[in-house]
Amino acid sequence: MWDFPLFPEQGSAIAWRVDAVFFFELAICTAVTIMICFLILYYATKYRRGSRADRSNVVTDNHLIEVIWVGVPLAISMVMFAVAAVVYFQMYRVPEDASEVYALGRQWMWQIEHPGGKREINELHVPLGQAVKVVLSSQDVIHSFYVPAFRVKQDAVPGRYTSMWFRPDRVGKFHLYCAEYCGTDHSRMIGWIHVMEPADYQQWLESGGPTEPMATTGAQLFKSYGCSGCHSPSSTVRAPLLDGVFGHPVPLEGGTVVTADERYIRDSILLPMSEVAAGYKPVMPTFQGRIKEDELLKIIAYIKSLGRKNERVEQ
Amino acid sequence: MSAQGAEPQPNYLTAGQSVRSWLLTIDHKRIGLLYMVSITLFFFLGGAAATLVRLELMTPKGDVVQPETYNKLFTAHGVIMVFFFLIPSIPAVLGNFLVPLMIGARDLAFPKLNLASWYVFMIGGVFTLWAVLTGGVDTGWTFYTPYSSMFSNTSVMSAALGVFIVGFSSILTGLNFIVTIHKMRAPGMTWLRLPLFIWAMYATSLIMILGTPVLAVTVALVGLERFFGFGIFDPKLGGDPILFQHLFWFYSHPAVYIMLLPSFGVINEIVPCFTKRPVFGYRTMATAMMAIAALGFLVWGHHMFVSGQSMYGGLIFSFLSFFVAIPSAVKVFNWTATLYKGTVSGTTPMLYALGFIGLFTIGGLTGLMLASLAIDVHVHDTYFVVAHFHYIMVGGAVMGYLGGIHFWWPKITGRMYPEIWGKLAALTIFIGFNLTFFPQFILGYLGMPRRYYEYDAEYQVLNVMSTAGASILAVGFLLPLVYLILSLWMGKEAGPNPWGAKGLEWEIPSPPTVHNFDEPPVAPERPYDYPLKEQDREPS
Repeated sequence: MWDFPLFPEQGSAIAWRVDAVFFFELAICTAVTIMICFLILYYATKYRRGSRADRSNVVTDNHLIEVIWVGVPLAISMVMFAVAAVVYFQMYRVPEDASEVYALGRQWMWQIEHPGGKREINELHVPLGQAVKVVLSSQDVIHSFYVPAFRVKQDAVPGRYTSMWFRPDRVGKFHLYCAEYCGTDHSRMIGWIHVMEPADYQQWLESGGPTEPMATTGAQLFKSYGCSGCHSPSSTVRAPLLDGVFGHPVPLEGGTVVTADERYIRDSILLPMSEVAAGYKPVMPTFQGRIKEDELLKIIAYIKSLGRKNERVEQ
Repeated sequence: MSAQGAEPQPNYLTAGQSVRSWLLTIDHKRIGLLYMVSITLFFFLGGAAATLVRLELMTPKGDVVQPETYNKLFTAHGVIMVFFFLIPSIPAVLGNFLVPLMIGARDLAFPKLNLASWYVFMIGGVFTLWAVLTGGVDTGWTFYTPYSSMFSNTSVMSAALGVFIVGFSSILTGLNFIVTIHKMRAPGMTWLRLPLFIWAMYATSLIMILGTPVLAVTVALVGLERFFGFGIFDPKLGGDPILFQHLFWFYSHPAVYIMLLPSFGVINEIVPCFTKRPVFGYRTMATAMMAIAALGFLVWGHHMFVSGQSMYGGLIFSFLSFFVAIPSAVKVFNWTATLYKGTVSGTTPMLYALGFIGLFTIGGLTGLMLASLAIDVHVHDTYFVVAHFHYIMVGGAVMGYLGGIHFWWPKITGRMYPEIWGKLAALTIFIGFNLTFFPQFILGYLGMPRRYYEYDAEYQVLNVMSTAGASILAVGFLLPLVYLILSLWMGKEAGPNPWGAKGLEWEIPSPPTVHNFDEPPVAPERPYDYPLKEQDREPS
């Protein structure tokens, strides 16, 4: 009965940093709380009605004291802000070597797809020590991908891509929760993150029959939805070629420049009129309502793979 | 004390006994009481929903109610408590009753508007209650899109319409207070002689009239999307679901200060009265409340650190959130300093005030932790947040409201409440509250998400503690309901000023006459002008 945790386990490289910030702030906050409670109780007792305590020279205004107790808390809170912001910055910046995995939230499950085509539901297998970037999207309402042991959380928002990353540093099974209220079975939108030794992970990846890489499926979708009809060298309609586009700046009609990331590709497919590449006519039809969320991810994976192919050529 | 006390003039309670004389009253004191009865009803309805939520959470598996029902229950609890209890609580009850009395006015500037605001409140309340009781709403009190606009099959729009309507009652009350405080102060009642409660009402009113329209606009936009397919929040129509969060928190974060500033005002009256000395740093106290009202509008993005907001957005909102904590900290320090060399008596209102300072300190400091980016990423949308805001809303706002109700009960009713029961209830609430909500901080850091109908077994012990605390808390809240009502007949006569308090409201009979002041009052030279004694040798 009394065997219950009071503190969450640490499963990622960032976890102890978050905990360090937490304990640093907890120490400050506890000290202040104890000080205030002590002073209140001490004064309330010492100066209780009927006590003979000295009450001469009551001060009702003292600007110096007030400046001190504006200044000191301000200084302390700026330190708190800075320390937490530094760790946040580390949580936010995805390392170069991160591998990618796609997680699609829907009422009420997590659909996960590895670039190699392996799919899972409510479970995510990752290798120990490898940074993993989770690209999140949602098919319906807002969800939130939360792994308490890794101290990371990110909302999955319909209509856009968000991402988060972690580097697991302990083998084991960790809770995955949906943290943003998403309807009736919100509390059942839970699962597990399995952190495995790299060798075991390889074995797991190869188990369960051959899979088609997401980019390959994406290439087939690119054809079947007719994208290749325009976005190919042999096309008669003038549309930009997509080789090497991903991750690079795209000049837009009107002078602005955007980076061709997941969001831009997605918006260009669903809302093609919103950001037209410079020099092209806004003739592309929208695919809103025709392409499913998980298909979009595959098409994006395909366009990404074009980018990588191109870079290899440049080298 | 004052000569008028002896005159046999009818007081505001005895002048007219018909139902009509209550429902069509334009007396600010009676309107305050109308509000008191209505929000008490809402409070216990919201409390009943919370009780069922806590019962369900006793065990990890869902057993008491269905998940749909559970979601409707926590939504009902949040919507009722926030919009129909906390926001109106102190301003509409104590503010209506006290603002004219404290500044020496005959009534509020617009008495009929004041009555209209109560009717608007009741229409909104009945609308929402009807939605909550017949169909139920399952969106949470935050109504996040696109769940609320496109996915929920429950009575979202009728509940939201109720919230939309009730917002106008806030706006009308705020407008009334601002005009009254500007134009109707008694001769000599300069800005720097105003009781701090009035400053609190002024700051609160500013937020009400500046912030509430944004909520109305937001609700209207959700309606336009739901009924006419305007693409505002739904990405399928080219909208942005995060825009809703920006709009919602642009109102709802300042709304936290609508709930809290009035409590500051109440504590600012109680503490000097029961330390029998002037409040420490009057000007700083008033400035701090105005600063909170202004800064409160700049921090809404700290609710959205993991929503997909940019990193720099997060940095700026985190930075600004630390600033809004400073004026609150200064107020806590100044209250503590007011105890120093005071003459402290531990009456019921003072117990609430001291409890408030302690609990608000914990609520505020955990707020700093939540404003810290790295920590918030982990604890956002967990029970840590639930615990934090209950320390602010219950430990802060409700303690302030109950403290104020006890403090001015003799003035409002002319009767004393039973002191021993008052202290017992205050203690019960304090203990029950901490047992309910402190374990939730630990649950939150462990990672238990909020709004979960079922949870993992490892969280059970802390949840059982919380539910046990909630049952103590429920008893604590029921006690005042019983003894305050009984005191109307059994309480001893209060007389004009049972506490020996300073302030114009204490110079007139209890309960006050219909006209408040029979002769035009003159403002005292200083607020909280308690005579200072070198040694206090009064027998206790």
